[in-house]
This record gives sequence, C-alpha cells and structure tokens, in this order.
Amino acid sequence: MIQLNNIYKTFHKGTVNEKKALNGLNLQMNKGDFVTVIGGNGAGKSTMLNVIAGVYYVESGSVILDDKNITKKPDYKRAKYLGRVFQDPMKGTAADLSIEENLALAYRRGKTRSLRWGIHKSEREQYRERLKLLGLGLEDRLKTKVGLLSGGQRQALTLLMATLQKPKLLLLDEHTAALDPKTAAKVLHITEQIIEQDQLTALMITHNMKDALRMGNRLVMMHDGRIIFDVQGEEKKRLTVQDLLEKFQIASGDELANDRMLLG
Amino acid sequence: MGTLLALEGAVAQGLLYAIMTLGVYITYKLLDFADLTVDGSFALGGCVSAILITVGLDPFTSLLLATLAGMASGVVTGFFNTVFKIPPILAGILTMLALYSVNLRVMLGKANVPLGQQDTIFTIIQEWIPIQTDLLVILIGLVTVVLVIAFMYWFFGTEVGSAIRATGNNSDMIRALGVNTSWMKIIALLFSNGLVALSGALIAQYQQNASVSNGTGTIVVGLASVIIGEVIFGSRFNFIYKLMSVVVGSLIYRIVVALVLQVGLDTQDLKLFTAVFVALALAVPVFKQRIQRLSNRTGKIKEQPPGDNGGQGGAAQ
Ligand SMILES: Nc1ncnc2c1ncn2[C@@H]1O[C@H](COP(=O)(O)OP(=O)(O)OP(=O)(O)O)[C@@H](O)[C@H]1O
Ligand SMILES: [Mg+2]
Repeated sequence: MIQLNNIYKTFHKGTVNEKKALNGLNLQMNKGDFVTVIGGNGAGKSTMLNVIAGVYYVESGSVILDDKNITKKPDYKRAKYLGRVFQDPMKGTAADLSIEENLALAYRRGKTRSLRWGIHKSEREQYRERLKLLGLGLEDRLKTKVGLLSGGQRQALTLLMATLQKPKLLLLDEHTAALDPKTAAKVLHITEQIIEQDQLTALMITHNMKDALRMGNRLVMMHDGRIIFDVQGEEKKRLTVQDLLEKFQIASGDELANDRMLLG
Repeated sequence: MGTLLALEGAVAQGLLYAIMTLGVYITYKLLDFADLTVDGSFALGGCVSAILITVGLDPFTSLLLATLAGMASGVVTGFFNTVFKIPPILAGILTMLALYSVNLRVMLGKANVPLGQQDTIFTIIQEWIPIQTDLLVILIGLVTVVLVIAFMYWFFGTEVGSAIRATGNNSDMIRALGVNTSWMKIIALLFSNGLVALSGALIAQYQQNASVSNGTGTIVVGLASVIIGEVIFGSRFNFIYKLMSVVVGSLIYRIVVALVLQVGLDTQDLKLFTAVFVALALAVPVFKQRIQRLSNRTGKIKEQPPGDNGGQGGAAQ
C-alpha cells in the first residue's frame, strides 16, 4: 500500500554541513501492517517519516501510495491519507484552541474547508465518545484550551485527532519519548488500542527496543539512511533485544547501544 | 468644556480607528504576523476614497473601493511572504514602501487632497439625521464596529476561520491536517488590510483631508490599542469579548492622546509619546512575570501553561 523506492535525501547539499539522511532507502508496507522502526541517532528515521508525509521532498526515488505516485505532492495534500503524531507534544495540537476546536479541525482533515460553521452540535457527542476511550476525563472538558493540558493528555488527544478520520497510514515519531514512563505506557496502550480497533496501517518509530519487539507485526532497523534489518511475523515474535544488538553490529560494524536506547 | 468636546472627538475617532485595530488584531493576534503593510494600506484607503470623491463618485462607493484596494495590498504582502518566503516584517515593509509611491500616484501626484468642498458620508447622513457631527460620527462608528465584530465572530467561527486561527497558532499541525497555510495567511492579510483601508477612508472623510503620510505609525497605534485592551481585560475571555476589548483599547488610546494634548503636549511630540507608551505597554507582561516570580520565590513555582500565545508577532514562518 505504501512503497518507498530507492529514496535519497541530502540536507545542506554542497556545503560543509552536507548530510546524507536517506541513502537508497527502500520500504514496502502492506495494508494492516504495524511496523516498528528502530535505529541509532541520526539514522534517518524521522526523515523517512517526513518524506512519507511530504514535509521534505526527495532528490531521487519515489513515494507510492496505493499505486498513486505522490512523490511531488505537498504535505497538506497528502494529509488526506496520513495521520501524524509528533515527538513534541506541543506540535500536534493548537494550544490556544479548545479541545473540541482541535478535534473539529482534525475531523475535517483532507476535506475542503468551507464557510460552514467550524463545529456542529452532532459532532460533540461523537467527540465525547471518542474522548471517553482515552480514560483521561477529557470528555467533560470539551471547551478547555488545549494549552492547559499536560503533555501526556495532549499526546493522547493528538493520537485521537490523527485517527478521527481513518488514515490510510498512521505515522508515529517517538510519540511517547517526551513523556514520563507511566504516561508513556498509557499513551502506548491507547495507541495499540486504536490501531487494533480501527485496523490501521501504522509506522511507529521508537527508541525503546522492548516496545519495538512487543508491538506490531513487523520491525525494521535503520542505519545510515537505509534499512539494514527487516523482520516480521513469527520470526519477529521470537526476536530478543540481544538478537537486535547482534544484528545491528553485524550489519553496521557499530555498537547500537547508546544513551537513548533502552536495552532492558 | 473644551476637554469635554475633545473627549467627544476622541471617542468618535477612537471608534473609526477601532476598525483598523480590529484588522491589526487579525494579523497580530490570530495569525501571529506583525504586518507593517498597515501603515501603507491605511493611507491607501484614505487616498483612494478622497480622490474618488473629488472626481465625483459617491462617498459610500468610495469606501467600498478603498476597502478593496486595501485588500489587494494585503494580498501582495501575503504573496511576498508565502511565495517569495520573505519574513513577515520585511514582506510588510516592502508593501508599505511600495504603497507610498502608489498612494502618490492615486492622488495624482499630490501629497494632500482636501475634501472641504465635497460631500462625505458624514455630511450626507447628517442631512438625514440632523445631530451634532461628533455624535453622528460616534453613532456611525458604533454601527460599523458592531457590524465588523459580528462579521469577524462569524468568519473566525467557520471552517476556514478556524483553520486561519490554527495557522497562527501551530502551522505544522494544521498543515498535517490538510490545510494550505499559505492560503490561510493570504486570506487573513486580505481581510485585515481591507478593514485597515476602510478605517483610513473613514478617517479621511471625517477629517476632510487625505494625505500620503497619514498612515505613518498606524501599526504602532493599532498594536497599542490591542495591547491596552488586553492589559485591561486580560486574555481569559471568549472571542467576542476579546474583539470588544480591542475596540475599548482604541478608545482609551484616543482619549489618552486627547488628554495629553489638552494638558499641553505638542502635536509634533505625539509620535514619540506613542512609541514610549507602546514600549511600556508591551513590557507589561514582562513586569507581571517578574512580580510573579518574586512572589513565587518562596512557594512552589507554578508551571506556566503554554496557553494563550503572547502574540510574538512575526514568529510564524
Ligand atoms: N531539517 C534538517 N536539516 C538538516 N539536517 C537534518 C534535518 N533533519 C535531519 N537532518 C540530519 O539528517 C540525519 C538524519 O536525521 P533524522 O532526524 O532522520 O534521524 P533520526 O533517525 O530520526 O534520529 P533520532 O533518533 O535522533 O531522532 C541527521 O544527521 C540529522 O542531523
Ligand atoms: Mg527522530
């Protein structure tokens, strides 16, 4: 359903700061795949997500979604197909707008915005129902400004917003990294719940190898702008953290363990 | 008695200028875009209206065309910013500069066009409602301001309007939700400068004179009014109160100016006075924070919610 073909992306090309972020990247995902992505700092994970989302254009290669070539489509046009949750909890919501206004904006993802009223009465009931699923008590605070919520609440809300209109592909970029362990676990749980319930196709970057192993049906490891290890199904289920570390060393000749990798 | 008359005039002007201030509110507060086009589009409104009246067009239609001209100048700034990727402040300055020449052209090379001999909307309406001029202007100003606020309340509640507010608040987020933020910026700049030009046209008709230098400092006055309103009302109220607070801010600014002139401030020092006044008003949040920090020093420091953005104009990219 989504296909990245031989993608190259270099930042600051032709300057001393030149940085090859993606280096002949190939990835194919099938409908219903839930892929977890791991890799060291600067491996190109976020860049890959941004290339899919259209935030960055590529130098060469193509992005295909459901047989349509979307390589040249700007981000706001691709938004129709994609739900996104960012690492920074501030980035996914508008702080000055209320919870229901944020949801109403998300409800219209990919639709032409008209001069109709921005939120309908009938929507509120639906939002309340969805918010209840989060179990954070947000269903009684529809009029609250999002800026007053905690990081975890905002992230859970962003997740809900990203999936309010069922996306063809859900993109999660370390969306729990900025949260405390307890909140992170909760948001991860909600993530699994939503993906399962709505049968979403999802791509989730994480620094937590345990989560990467536990969640999803497929795992890819990135290094130097390409995928160096790709495993799914039964084989993935049998995988251990130790296996991952070894795979990484063999494929890259490097140590994967760094301060941000959670080994345990 | 003189003071009372001056105050009446101040209220009248304050209401006409409030239309400009509401326009500034759109860009500065909702879009987070410090738009210096305003100095040019305010003068443009006056120039277009005045010249059209002198060639015989009726004053009401001249207001409409002045508004359209202002809208066009807003689109130019939006184009500079979104297509040429020129930062907001510079994009506005460029249009403002260009408008100086445009305004001279509009006025057929004259720096001043007096309207003493012509009818204005005020003289025409005075024939229907024969009351004293300042009272009449207050009435007209009030009606216009109410209409503008009603329109803004509706517009920024629509799907497009919400998307514009979200663009000013978090453009990454709203792009990820499928909105072309360039268009949102252009639409907001269009509305804003339309209102500014309308205000400029009304002021020109009220003062029975249009001049190319009329707009200098308009943006500062607009910001002053927005900030005064915010300082007095706070930012906790809903949208309609915020819009009203902007109008009150404009009134207070005009009244303060009228009073200091009464007290004996020289007119030529007015711009200096305004600049100092705005600098102090802008510093109020900083002072507030200092005081809060001092009083929090002993207790547990409360985390400041990243709520209402302080209107760091020009931060939107
Ligand atoms: N906007 C940008 N401008 C310049 N360089 C960039 C930009 N984004 C990423 N890079 C560079 O590209 C490389 C890949 O970055 P990317 O953010 O994709 O890594 P990542 O795998 O997400 O790493 P992390 O685990 O630290 O988030 C890095 O060297 C980074 O410095
Ligand atoms: Mg990253």
